[in-house]
Amino acid sequence: MEFELDPADLAFREEVRDFFATGIPPEWRTRVRAGLRLHPEELIAYQKSLAERGWGAPTWPVEYGGTGWSPIRQYIFWTEAAAADAPAQFHQGLELIGPIIFTYGSQALKDRYLPGIINADDWWCQGYSEPNAGSDLASLRTRAVREGDDYVLNGQKAWTSYGHVASHCFVLARTSDEPKRQQGISLLLMDMKTPGITIRPVATMDEKHHTNEMFLDDVRVPVAQLVGEEGRGWEYGKVLLDRERMVTASVAIFLVQTVKGIREAATRRTIGGVPLIDKPGFKAKLAQYEIEVIALQTMVLKVMADAAAGVDSGPLGSMIKLRWSQLSQAGTALWVGALGPQAAHFAPLDNGYALPADMPYAMQGALYARVTSIYGGSSEIQHNIIAQRALGLKG
Amino acid sequence: MRFTYSDEQAMLLDSVLRFGQEHFPPTERHRLIQQGRSGEAASWAKMAELGWLLLPIAEECGGLGGGIAELMALGEGFGRNLVPGPYVAACVLAPALLARGGDGQYDLIEQIGTGETLVAAALLEDDGGYDLHHIATRAAVAGDHWTLDGAKAHVEDGGDADWFIVPARTGGETADRTGISLFLVAATVPGLRVERFRGIDGHRHARLELDGVAGQLIGAEGNALADIEAAVARANCAYLAEAVGSMEAVSAITLEYLRTREQFGRPIGSFQVLQHRMVDMTVACEEARAMLCHIALSLAQGQAQFQRAVSAAKVRIGECGVYVGQQAVQLHGGVGFSDELIVSHHLKRQMMLAIAHGSVDHHRMRFAA
Ligand SMILES: Cc1cc2nc3c(=O)[nH]c(=O)nc-3n(C[C@H](O)[C@H](O)[C@H](O)COP(=O)(O)OP(=O)(O)OC[C@H]3O[C@@H](n4cnc5c(N)ncnc54)[C@H](O)[C@@H]3O)c2cc1C
Repeated sequence: MEFELDPADLAFREEVRDFFATGIPPEWRTRVRAGLRLHPEELIAYQKSLAERGWGAPTWPVEYGGTGWSPIRQYIFWTEAAAADAPAQFHQGLELIGPIIFTYGSQALKDRYLPGIINADDWWCQGYSEPNAGSDLASLRTRAVREGDDYVLNGQKAWTSYGHVASHCFVLARTSDEPKRQQGISLLLMDMKTPGITIRPVATMDEKHHTNEMFLDDVRVPVAQLVGEEGRGWEYGKVLLDRERMVTASVAIFLVQTVKGIREAATRRTIGGVPLIDKPGFKAKLAQYEIEVIALQTMVLKVMADAAAGVDSGPLGSMIKLRWSQLSQAGTALWVGALGPQAAHFAPLDNGYALPADMPYAMQGALYARVTSIYGGSSEIQHNIIAQRALGLKG
Repeated sequence: MRFTYSDEQAMLLDSVLRFGQEHFPPTERHRLIQQGRSGEAASWAKMAELGWLLLPIAEECGGLGGGIAELMALGEGFGRNLVPGPYVAACVLAPALLARGGDGQYDLIEQIGTGETLVAAALLEDDGGYDLHHIATRAAVAGDHWTLDGAKAHVEDGGDADWFIVPARTGGETADRTGISLFLVAATVPGLRVERFRGIDGHRHARLELDGVAGQLIGAEGNALADIEAAVARANCAYLAEAVGSMEAVSAITLEYLRTREQFGRPIGSFQVLQHRMVDMTVACEEARAMLCHIALSLAQGQAQFQRAVSAAKVRIGECGVYVGQQAVQLHGGVGFSDELIVSHHLKRQMMLAIAHGSVDHHRMRFAA
């Protein structure tokens, strides 16, 4: 077993290091470390700065405006980004719909949408889930009925994250009823300014507005906005499964930021004059956490190496998603614990009083972390996938 | 040996449950909490009318002399409906500390009982962890009164307090167990800076800075630590029962959801992994309730054994409570994460109860000591 960076990769690492040496605003740091998404304006500014450098789409091929980086270079890039307290790039355009468009979309759709994803002129949201179609996505009921040159959409979507800031949405809707539920589902690209779309905020336990319900009432989407062929949207989603391992792989690399957040909090806080970080009990807990992060990151490296060698990683992507969500939860909980009684100080009740350091973000991160085992395929669903696909255990 | 409430205690629990449903139905709860003290005024007045504010207060102080079992019945009832408010701080902890002052404090205790006044104890300091004896705040005699200098990092439910009970040193060094006295400080007194915050559970806390603040000595000078530790242990009993009530309520809600929510054409409760998780949650509830019984059984063995039992319960109920809250959210999927369902509020309360008056780690070390 060997892992050596060749001179060109080493030079690349220096280049990335130089890039990050100048740019991350300090006020992003705590939120990034707590695993919280930055404000849309901040993420757009970050995406634009990457795009300007030619690094807007680290996982895309060159012909679509991507970097064409090898998996090893992607790994280097994310490692350096994480070390510099840079945020993870917003993934819904970049990792979820972009690759589907360049794999299955018409030339017109590629020309129209790919540049906007890279330079952040467009913001994409994902309209898949519905109130009764969560884990069982194939039971979705939103309909798209062909009328002349348009599809007319009706239905209700749930959990449309960032629908309130998005310029566009990629929607799964049923275009026909087929014996197999996965058939007859189509993927449509929708402008959020189209009449008939209503976005209603959904309040969540982390007290941060990021998600919404979306109602579609006679929303007319031109037929040219169909990705690929009618009725095959479900299949296109599968291209994501392969790519999704890259998405979770990249965010897993960012867990070192949480380690830093915990370490700084525990260094700052003293108990009886002794920094918490020096107390054996806490030291052991942080060491345990770091070890688990190392294990996960090495799994990530393996996925990258497999991808470079064109080898199928099997269910490793699901395993990484599973462990990543567990470690997001464990890390933020450890951080909140390190704050002691200050963790109870979530929001000031009077003007002019500053919250304690790391608050509210460490706590908000701990609350937000609860959803990482629910969205993007819940932990139970990941277990099912591993049991069935990798172990051949059928229900 | 009794593992259940007496008839009277069961009746009390029953009326606390009805009270919670009436005053804080999930649809109203959030709005009322956001209004702060005024949102809780009507329910507080009702509690006063029902005599609950007097219930934990010793008879010699004019209270009803409720014991640990009564506190637990109340706490459990509050927990089931996530009743907000500073009940434990104002009615359990504060009067127990004020009792040290004898008849000099009976007027204030009476005002607590009628609901006119809120008092909170300012126990924790920066650098002190959750140790109650870690006190750097100093009190000195200035003419005919005492003045206090120092800071208090966290006053549980102190956000609306009219008075603070402030432990300060009249002797010894910061970490000494002796030389601690209790003082009563008005929230509006010159030199006192009160910073108010709320937690994720809506409870309103405070942080204090005392700069030459006038304080009134409560009871005798020095040696207050034993009273503080005993009062905090008693307050913890109410919190622990609250945690158990909340665990059982959110487990019942989750069980119902497993029966009704369908995915893949069948109730999600038919998936074995969720059945087993629900079983683990139920086991956790049972274990947590057993820890309440453990406390009750320790009562006859004196204060030291009682406090040790409370620490043991803080560890195990703290862990079980957070686990049950987390799994309740998980089993609800996306809606579990929403603010609209009461489920996530149970988790948030569990997270805060687990650190109220000492985290799991703190109490584990206390138990080991
Ligand atoms: C904050 C947030 C943001 C989101 N953002 C988006 C978005 O932008 N776009 C979008 O389309 N969706 C989004 N989602 C939806 C998300 O993908 C779903 O919540 C997720 O798929 C789970 O579905 P559900 O909530 O309906 O839960 P359910 O599917 O009802 O699951 C409930 C419970 O049952 C379990 N379960 C279900 N099926 C099985 C099974 N077969 N075996 C064992 N256990 C099972 C689940 O693991 C879970 O514990 C978001 C959700 C949240 C909470």
